[in-house]
Amino acid sequence: MHPPRGLAHAPTPRSAHAPIAKHRGRLAWMSVGDLRSAPAPPLDSADHVRGEPGWPLVIIYADFTCPRCALAHVRLHEAPLRLAFRHFAITAKHPRAVPLACAAEAAGLQGRFWEFHDALFADPGHSADPHLWAHARTLGLDLERFERERRSEALVERVREQTRAGMRAGVAVTPTLIADGVLVPGAPGAELIARLTG
Amino acid sequence: MSVLAPGTPAPDFTLIDEDERPFTRADLLGHTSVLVFYPYAFTSVCDDQLTLYEEVLPDLAERGATLYAISADAIHSQIAFKAKLGSTIAQLSDFEPKGATARAFGVLHPDGHPQRALVIVGPDGAVRWSYQAPSIDDLPGANLIFDGLDEL
Repeated sequence: MHPPRGLAHAPTPRSAHAPIAKHRGRLAWMSVGDLRSAPAPPLDSADHVRGEPGWPLVIIYADFTCPRCALAHVRLHEAPLRLAFRHFAITAKHPRAVPLACAAEAAGLQGRFWEFHDALFADPGHSADPHLWAHARTLGLDLERFERERRSEALVERVREQTRAGMRAGVAVTPTLIADGVLVPGAPGAELIARLTG
Repeated sequence: MSVLAPGTPAPDFTLIDEDERPFTRADLLGHTSVLVFYPYAFTSVCDDQLTLYEEVLPDLAERGATLYAISADAIHSQIAFKAKLGSTIAQLSDFEPKGATARAFGVLHPDGHPQRALVIVGPDGAVRWSYQAPSIDDLPGANLIFDGLDEL
């Protein structure tokens, strides 16, 4: 399940490309809350964080369908950083962005977020449901529970909230790293990683 | 050259819409318009920018704002670009004379294409908020548009 896409904006006076009227009910469901600038939320218990407690903290906003994020994963995977992963899943960018994010969250509900995260980035381009089930089976997840939860409104909403919070913080591309409150868009290079790890 | 400041009346201009008809200042009157000037179709930053803004179109609709994407590409290139992205954002071409509208809004890059800039024009045809990215490689976040709409 993923949010419907292609919803129209207010009709332009000169174009028939935006039939807003028939989508109005879906629009009301889709848009929630404020998108004005706000700092990225502080870490809380819902965040996925790995790395030693004493290592420098970096938040990464990423998308499992994004090749640059897969590159960031390779470069950051063994860096001495405490990494907090947040979703920036844009359906308009890739139709599987939200489903993959929800799948990872569902794995997280069974205590295997990072393993599923690593599996997704190790197998880019394989994003159909059978691939997700294969990852879930490999990790020994309760598949029925995984399926039910990854398709739940609760997880779709969690992914959407994180994405929108990222937008408010100024995230515009993936990956975007946030370290000491500073946004750094793009896959990190060796120089940046050296600076982050001190 | 700098992007027109808030309070400045939008200049007279003629762009070409996807139906190959003129789109002028008069077409901005009566509603809030967000003009998204971008350098070139089929480039990675422009791809990312328009897909990001596509995602928040429902929120913009709730604010009564209409987005227009403007480049100096030929309209047929913009139509193909829009199809490639699966975008619904209206494209307007500043191809002939090349960059004339971008120049009129103060966002013409020295290389002859639009800067990466955002201009919000109010229903009365006046610029209400404007922003130019520090470079064409910097993608203005969606949050900036909503900050700008707060200025109305």
